[in-house]
Amino acid sequence: MSTDEPADGSFGQYGGQYVPEVLMPAIEELEDAYRRYVLDNEDGFMDEFRERLADFGGRPIPLQRADRLSERYDTEVYLKREDLLHGGAHKLNNALGQVLLAKYMGKERIIAETGAGQHGTATAMAAAHLDMPCEIYMGETDIARQRPNVFRMRINGAEVNPVTVGRGTLKEAISETMRDWATNVEDTHYVIGSIVGPHPFPSMVRDFQSVISEEAREQIREKAGRLPDSVVACAGGGSNTMGAFAHFVSDTDVDLLAVEAGGSSLTVDEAEGVAPNSASLSTGNEGVLHGARTKLLQDSDGQIMESHSVSAGLDYSGVGPELAHLVDEGRVTPVNVGDDAALEAFHRLSQDEGIIPALETAHAFGYLEEHPEEVGDLTIVNVSGRGDKDLETVIEETAKRDLDVAPDMSVFEQVGAGRLGSRGDRE
Amino acid sequence: MSLDAVFDSEEPAFVPYLAAGDPSYEASLEYVEALERGGADVIELGLPFSEPIAEGSTIQSAIVRALKAGMTPERYFEFVEEVDVDVPIVCMTYYNLIFQYGGSEGGPRKFVERAADVGIEGFVVVDLPAEEADPLREACDEFGLDLIFIVAPTTTDDRLESMRERVSGYVYVQARTGVTGAREDVSDQTAQTLDRISDWDVPKAVGFGIKTGEHAERIVRAGADGVIVGSALVDIVAEGHEGDEPVAETAEKLEAKARELKTGALRGVGAAVESE
Repeated sequence: MSTDEPADGSFGQYGGQYVPEVLMPAIEELEDAYRRYVLDNEDGFMDEFRERLADFGGRPIPLQRADRLSERYDTEVYLKREDLLHGGAHKLNNALGQVLLAKYMGKERIIAETGAGQHGTATAMAAAHLDMPCEIYMGETDIARQRPNVFRMRINGAEVNPVTVGRGTLKEAISETMRDWATNVEDTHYVIGSIVGPHPFPSMVRDFQSVISEEAREQIREKAGRLPDSVVACAGGGSNTMGAFAHFVSDTDVDLLAVEAGGSSLTVDEAEGVAPNSASLSTGNEGVLHGARTKLLQDSDGQIMESHSVSAGLDYSGVGPELAHLVDEGRVTPVNVGDDAALEAFHRLSQDEGIIPALETAHAFGYLEEHPEEVGDLTIVNVSGRGDKDLETVIEETAKRDLDVAPDMSVFEQVGAGRLGSRGDRE
Repeated sequence: MSLDAVFDSEEPAFVPYLAAGDPSYEASLEYVEALERGGADVIELGLPFSEPIAEGSTIQSAIVRALKAGMTPERYFEFVEEVDVDVPIVCMTYYNLIFQYGGSEGGPRKFVERAADVGIEGFVVVDLPAEEADPLREACDEFGLDLIFIVAPTTTDDRLESMRERVSGYVYVQARTGVTGAREDVSDQTAQTLDRISDWDVPKAVGFGIKTGEHAERIVRAGADGVIVGSALVDIVAEGHEGDEPVAETAEKLEAKARELKTGALRGVGAAVESE
């Protein structure tokens, strides 16, 4: 769609289908369904998808001028408000598309992985909306730090299966969901939550998410009378990123800035197998993970490193193959923002604009704060999700730091007898 | 000995799997050698990868133990050089380790060269379907190694063709859908899959879920040329490790289990002959 891509789903040397043989037929079946229903709109699939995205999801989503930020950075800042999509994040665009596709394909069961819980929540909502049974795999670390989303999934009727191997984050959850799929491949569709995995997932998820830039491109021309100088989006696996970039890729005057999680440091600890960041576009190198060749955080042997970010949704060792390719081509510029700057940006956006962003999204605003000169005179920042799910984490993480911009949270200690802080104290 | 030579014999081949370095380098050497004493004809030796997406919990845990004990690709090659067995060793792993071994030039050639150097006879690469396998196939041809593919019950006819063109050594028939792990039953899917590839000129070895001599017998009776067993053996390693058993004791149990499986496989041939 946005790039001239061959039918095998390769993006330069990236992409491909590196999966166990048992999954290949399901992948081929999905490839066929993707071509027919998504690309060719067979049986009016895309019409139904668009209609449900409007009525159930609330699209189109506004593009809003950020008055205070525009003043602060002396540049026109527009916000693509994906946090207003049903469920509170861009994730529904993809989840609704894939659950609907599974229905068209005659599948009877939905499984998905989730990191921050946003994709799991969106999938649980879409599955309830379309009357499909749904199971979500989620790492135990993520379950602990994203409890509100776990409640939401359960309340929507989905099963939540904790994944206890490894560090218990998104990487392990994806592996475990692939195992379920390998076992139940005949009646089950795996709704991957990002532009990762084997072809056709990276292309298909991008297509479902590209509604973000399709709308934003029209809206910015209406409101500002021209295309922006830049589009800024956070990048973990990269689905909101590619969604926000897709329709601007051929507009070569528009800079595309992918903001990765710099975590606490960009230096890796090879002995421990830990990268204290999730900056695979900025610091990773080529390898094969979860079905695709892409840029990865790995050691010199090729073992995958544990990533880190204060934001669960960016905490992943890989990235979508299309983004890896666009970075190599020089079309997308990878940048990164650390935990501290992301937290500050979280508080600033909440106070200055009245929008509590997801911690993932806050990285994009952290970049704006650190490098306002890099975004030109007119920029669109993708507000990929809202931050209600992150409040507990933010309160804990803010308490550990000395942030000027953060409000005084001691009121909680007075009224709650330390309840909110107690989990952190025991660790 | 080459894989061809193993399968040329009339007897069905017993092909056990263990993860190299589980739970330690030294103990693992003993365990692999015990498998040969118990009757192994080929050893599938796992090179542990941090993201084993096709493994059930048993082999996942083995891989975690081996990685924790310091197993790396380079240590693995040393292991293969050091382990005292005469039967062929097949390296079972995931593609990223093969790919990364090439360093900045990338690709599988360097890995295959080193593998040939230490005497490895072939590869099973769990996440490398035939479509992505040409660079590895070329490297295997260059150094005279075999490339084994996995045929699943779900594999379509088109896909069977693309594997048939590229496979050598033997074909690994996955007995049922799912991930690795010992099971109580042996799937009917096995016989159907064997039937679909009966005219291939490579030997057919069946794996996934086989845990007893009786299973092995039935698999051979269904037409398999070999029986692959992983989780049932890894379970013995895990129990020994958890129970702080002496290495020699665990090795004896592995040898006994191997003998049970090998004997079962041999019975399968006998029964087939009798019924004719």
